[in-house]
Amino acid sequence: MDFDFSVIGRNIVYFMIGQYPHGHLGGIALTLYLAIVSCVLSFIGGLILGLLSVSPFRIVRYVTVVVINAIRGIPLLMVIFWMYFLLPALVGGPMPEAQTVIAALTIFTSAYMAEIVRAGIEGIEKGQTEAAISTGLRPWQAMFYIVLPQGLRNMVPSFVNQFVSLIKDTSLAFIVGVSELTHVATQINNRTMVYPTEIFFFIAIVYFVICYAFTSLSRWLEKRLTWSHR
Amino acid sequence: MIRFSGVHKWFRKLHVLNDVNLHVHQGEVVVVCGPSGSGKSTLIRTINQLEPIDRGSLIVDGMDLSDRKTDINKLRAEIGFVFQQFNLYPHLSVLKNITLAPIKVRNIPKKEAEETATSLLERVGLVEKRDAYPAQLSGGQQQRVAIARSLAMKPKIMLFDEPTSALDPEMIGEVLQVMQDLAKTGMTMVVVTHEMGFASEVAHRIAFIDNGIILEEAKPADFFKNPQHERAQQFLKQVLSPMH
Repeated sequence: MDFDFSVIGRNIVYFMIGQYPHGHLGGIALTLYLAIVSCVLSFIGGLILGLLSVSPFRIVRYVTVVVINAIRGIPLLMVIFWMYFLLPALVGGPMPEAQTVIAALTIFTSAYMAEIVRAGIEGIEKGQTEAAISTGLRPWQAMFYIVLPQGLRNMVPSFVNQFVSLIKDTSLAFIVGVSELTHVATQINNRTMVYPTEIFFFIAIVYFVICYAFTSLSRWLEKRLTWSHR
Repeated sequence: MIRFSGVHKWFRKLHVLNDVNLHVHQGEVVVVCGPSGSGKSTLIRTINQLEPIDRGSLIVDGMDLSDRKTDINKLRAEIGFVFQQFNLYPHLSVLKNITLAPIKVRNIPKKEAEETATSLLERVGLVEKRDAYPAQLSGGQQQRVAIARSLAMKPKIMLFDEPTSALDPEMIGEVLQVMQDLAKTGMTMVVVTHEMGFASEVAHRIAFIDNGIILEEAKPADFFKNPQHERAQQFLKQVLSPMH
């Protein structure tokens, strides 16, 4: 069997940015955009949901846990469909597909992040909170100055896991016609017909490189966050 | 300063504090001792409401702990608490461990808080460790920093929950010395400890507790020479000559 990877070279600009600047941004650029925006938003969402799930108020805790478990029990594809049909109806007008996908990825990933945050908070010894409130700090101050900074550092490896999943999950945006990397690849494949192996091998490598770069970055971050010499 | 009247507490079915009556006066050092599981840790932890009481009344510094309107955070700022496991914040330097609460709770300017912290570190003999992190210190040094951290709030009462029990033997002395110096300044102190040497030298009064009941309350000299209760006699025999 012969492989001809020149099909990649011939279409490299389309792989990188899609139809831009003549149409919507697409390709790898859009994949990165979806990943980064969803990543930031779901970090914030996960932090908020995670904090609510350890709230001192039972009702808040209970509702949050129900919401988290409900989202975790639904396939991501279903959330993407829902947002695709539901969001435009909610805002009462058309909405860019990319944004509905970002909403879906954010909601889905936030639920998983929330569990990481909750476990990270609960993993900090109770004595830390007790020491903090014993000096007169209010419980929320103990959380933000003492528990969360320590917990977040322990959460980094799990966050990275989740974000690597998120990067790969952006490929599901293809199902609602968002022209990210996978979608662009199918378009090129449909046009050229005879290079499916080369094209899908290429995008597999691209996903790997993006994920690997992100993992390396976070390794470096993890080392920098070390505060003590044990 | 601290007044327990008919205080009860349960952990599920376990009756950990059973009709506790205890009065600690201002400037007094009271040592609480008793066998493990006797409720002595729970007793001291009720004073700043790390453990809430179930029945009875507990008045600390004029504030009623059974009253829901009492601002517990305000009261805790007036009470220092030293833990068996030190509980220093591992992600903060020694200096920041000490200055955090004064800055955030008392709104003291950072520079002033750092000056106070430095003089407290001098007092516990650790001024050269101000920029170190807790993990770089020995157990005894960590506990002295923990004491400095509590003192930085200028508390009216200091509580010590087995402060030397997690320490290697050669480090116990340095921590007890700091506590003894503190007692000399007239600080009101409640100390849970097995260090009977400290109790006999520093305490004004000793309370012996077993099964959640305070069985005996006496001056150290009387308690050690002439313990009234059989359980206290047994306990003293064990802690004073553990080999037999």
